[in-house]
Amino acid sequence: MEAKTYENIPKEKFQFAKKGDLSHDTKLDTKPVSYFHDAFRRFCKNKGAVVAAIIIIFLILFALIAPFCTEYTVKYYDSQFTTTAPKCKLFANTSFWDGCVEEETDYIYFIEKYAIGKETGHLVVKNNKYEITDEGLYKYRKDTYYSVGFGNYKTITESEYKSIQKYQNETGRQVLYPTVRLKERPSVPFDRNANIYYKVKGNKTEPALDKDGELVLNYWTTTAGAGRYDDGYDSLRIEGDDGFTDENGKQTFYVYGRVVSGGYEVRAEYYEYYIYQHVVQEKDGITEPYFLFGTTAGGKDIFTCLASGARFSFLFAIAVAAVNMFVGAIYGAVSGYYGGKIDLIMERISDILNAVPFIIVITLLKLNMGSASNILILFIAFFLTGWIGMASTTRMQFYRYKNQEYVLAARTLGASDKRLMFKHIFPNALGTLVTSCALVIPSMIYSEVNLSYLGIINLEAGSITSVGTLITAGQSCLSSAPFVALFPSIFLALLMLSFNLFGNGLRDAFNPSLRGSEG
Amino acid sequence: MYMFKYVLKRLGLMLMTFAVIMLVCFTLIKLLPIVVNAGAGEDANITWLKLEARGYVCNFRYDEAGNIIGADRVPIMTQLFYYLKNIFLYGDFGMGVSLPEYRNQPVWDVFAEKLPPTVLINIYSTIIGVPIGLGLGIIAALKKNTWIDQLINIIIILLISLPSIVLALIIQYYFCYKLDWFPLMMDSGFAYFNWSMFKSMLPAVFALCLGSIAGYARYTRAELSEVLTSEFMLLARTKGLTRGQATFRHAMRNSMVVIFPSILSEFIAVLSGSLVIEKMFSIPGVGRLYLDSINAQDYDFFMLLSGFYCLVGLLAGIVVDISYGFIDPRIRMGAK
Repeated sequence: MEAKTYENIPKEKFQFAKKGDLSHDTKLDTKPVSYFHDAFRRFCKNKGAVVAAIIIIFLILFALIAPFCTEYTVKYYDSQFTTTAPKCKLFANTSFWDGCVEEETDYIYFIEKYAIGKETGHLVVKNNKYEITDEGLYKYRKDTYYSVGFGNYKTITESEYKSIQKYQNETGRQVLYPTVRLKERPSVPFDRNANIYYKVKGNKTEPALDKDGELVLNYWTTTAGAGRYDDGYDSLRIEGDDGFTDENGKQTFYVYGRVVSGGYEVRAEYYEYYIYQHVVQEKDGITEPYFLFGTTAGGKDIFTCLASGARFSFLFAIAVAAVNMFVGAIYGAVSGYYGGKIDLIMERISDILNAVPFIIVITLLKLNMGSASNILILFIAFFLTGWIGMASTTRMQFYRYKNQEYVLAARTLGASDKRLMFKHIFPNALGTLVTSCALVIPSMIYSEVNLSYLGIINLEAGSITSVGTLITAGQSCLSSAPFVALFPSIFLALLMLSFNLFGNGLRDAFNPSLRGSEG
Repeated sequence: MYMFKYVLKRLGLMLMTFAVIMLVCFTLIKLLPIVVNAGAGEDANITWLKLEARGYVCNFRYDEAGNIIGADRVPIMTQLFYYLKNIFLYGDFGMGVSLPEYRNQPVWDVFAEKLPPTVLINIYSTIIGVPIGLGLGIIAALKKNTWIDQLINIIIILLISLPSIVLALIIQYYFCYKLDWFPLMMDSGFAYFNWSMFKSMLPAVFALCLGSIAGYARYTRAELSEVLTSEFMLLARTKGLTRGQATFRHAMRNSMVVIFPSILSEFIAVLSGSLVIEKMFSIPGVGRLYLDSINAQDYDFFMLLSGFYCLVGLLAGIVVDISYGFIDPRIRMGAK
C-alpha cells in the first residue's frame, strides 16, 4: 500500500453521513431581547420611577433652558429690589404668587406706603384694601415691587435730568415727581426719605390730611412770573399740575428738580426709574422689574440663579460621576479579576480612603489649597471619596462572574486578560454601575448644598452660583422673607425625591433576579 | 474564644485605619502656616512661647519692638512625637491658638464642654425616633399591601428623600417662627436639664430624628415582613398562639436581631451627621466648634475634632458587624 502524506484531508474523502438535505438550525422567529432592552421594559413597569424620570427630565430642561428665557443674569443685582416677592403675571389678580406679602404695620408705616399708591397709581397697598386689627395695626397685602417707592432723594447730573425728561416725553411714563421744599422736610435723619405723606409742624411731622381724610401732598410750588421757575423741567407734569392759579391769582407750577451742586436733586419713583435705567442707560433687555421666583437679600434674581446653579450642579455632578466611574471601574476590575494579594492590598487602600469622613477630606483640601478655585477643590474631594463605591461595586461583580464557564471558555480560546476583563465580565457590572451613578448625582448636589451652607466652600463667584448658596441666602433671611428659600428648597427636594425613586427603579430593573417577580 | 479573637481583630484593623488617617491629617495640617491671632490686650508672644514649649516651633523671628512675628517649624515627625507624647503621658491634646474665645485654653477641656449638647440632642433624637420608627415599621409590616402600608411607605420615602436642610428649614420656619412654639436658637448656659433648655433643643431634635425615623421604619418593615412569612410563624399559629402573641414573641424577637445593631450604629453615625442641624439651630456643640476651628485655622482643635469624627464613623461601621457576630454566630463579617 502506497503511503500518502496529506497536508489537509482532501475534500473528496469526505461524504455525507445522511443523504439528502443538509440540516440547518431553524432560525428563531421571535426577536432576541437584549439585557438593556429587558431592563428598560421592567423599568417602565415601575410607575413611580417613570414619573420620577419625567420630573428629572423636566428639572434638567429647566436648568438648560431657563437661563435663556430671562433677561437677568447671575451677575445682575439691584440694590433696591431686594427680597422682592415672587410674582407671576398669571396670578396677578389672586392673592397668591402676586409679588405681595402680608403686612401688619402701624399707621405711619401704612400711610407712607398708601401715599405712594395715591401719588403714582402704583398701589403698594394691594387694591387699596386694608383692615384694622384689634391692636390698631393695619393689615394689608404689600406689593413688594411698588413698595420701594421713591427711596431717598436722588441727585442726578444735568444730562441725566434731560435724558429722563426726553424719555418721559417719548414714552409718557412719569418717572420724576414734584419735589418738596427743603424747609418742609422732616428733621434729620428722616430728611433723605423721598416718600411724602406728611406736613411738618414745628419739629413734628404728621400725616397731611384734608377734612375728608384724604392725603394732601405738600409739593414745592412756584409761580410762573417769579423768576424762580428755573428747575429746567419741560416734560410730563402730574395730574393737577396744569398751571393752576393759587390764592393770589398767580399761575403756579410744581417744582420737579432742586438745583444742587453737581446737578439736580429729584424725587424719582424707583419702579419707573429702574425701567428707565435699564431701557435707556444699560440697554440689557430688561423692560420692567419682574422676578418669577423673587429676589434674594442681595437683590439677585432667584429664577436665573437657581437655573444657572442647577445647570452647574448637573454638569459638575455628571463630570465627577464619569471620572469616578472610569477610575472606579478600572480599579475594581483589576482588584476583582486578579484577586489574592493584589486584591488584599488594593482593598486596604480603598478601605482607609473610605473611612475618612468626607468633611475632613474637604477641609484638609480647602486649607491646603486655599488659593485654588473652590470648584477644583470640590471636584478633587468628590473624586477622592467617590470612586471607592464604584470600585467595590465593580469588584463584587467581577468576583461573581470571573469563575463562570463562559469566562473559562473565552480564556481557553486565548482571550487576553484585558479582553476578558472589559469585553466579557465588565458588561455585567455596567447596570449596577449606571444605577450607582444615578444615585451619586443627587448625593453630590446634596453635599454641595450642605458644604455651602456650612460655609466650607463658596461657589458663588462671577457668573457661577449654586443651589447651596441660594438656600444659605434664604435661611439667613428666613424670618423676614421666607419665600427666598422657597423655590431653591422645592427644587432640591424634588430633585432628591425623584432621583431616589428613579435610582431605586433603575436598580430593580437592572437586577435580573427580580425578573418576573413583579407579576 | 473565637469571638474574642474576632473582635480583637476587627478593633485592631480599625485602629490601624484610624492611625493612618490621623497620620495623613497631621502631616497635611502641619504643612499649613501657623496662624496666631492675638486680640486686644493679649500678648501674641505668650501663644508663640507656648507653641515652642510644645515643641512645634523654634528660632523665633522678632520685629523691632521685640514681638515675635514668626518662627521656624520643627520637622513634622518630631512634632508628631511631641504631640503623641503629650497625649499619652499628660492627656494633653494641645491648646487653642487662633480661636478668640478659646485662646491658650486646653483643647480637651473645651471639647468636653461642647460635647454635652451634641450628645444630648442625639440621645433625645434616638429616644423619640426609635419608638416612632419601629412603630411605623411594625404597622406597615402587619398591614402589608393595604392603604396604611402605602401611606407609611410614602412618608418614609418623603422623609428619606427630603434633604435634612430643607426639613430643618421647614421646622424652623413653622414651629419656631410662624407658630412661635419654640425659640429660634438654643438657650445658652450649661444647665442642660431644665424645661426651657429642653424646649429650645426640641426643633433640632425633630429635624435630626425625622431622617432616622424613616430609616428605622424602612428597616423594620423589610425585616419583619420577611420574618412574618417564615415557616416558624405558621408553626406558632398552629400550636395555638394568637396573632399578637406570635408576632411579638417570635417575629419581633427575630427581626430585632437585625434591627438592634442598626439602631446602635445609627446613633453613633448621627453624632457626626448633625453639623448642618447644629449650625441651623445654633447648638453650641462639637459641630459648631469644628466649623469655627476650620475658619480660624486652629489646628489642635481641628486634629482633635477630626479624630473624634473619624472614630465615630469607624465605630459606627464595625459596631454592626461585631454585634451581628454576638447575636447571630453564623454571621462573621470580614472573617474567613
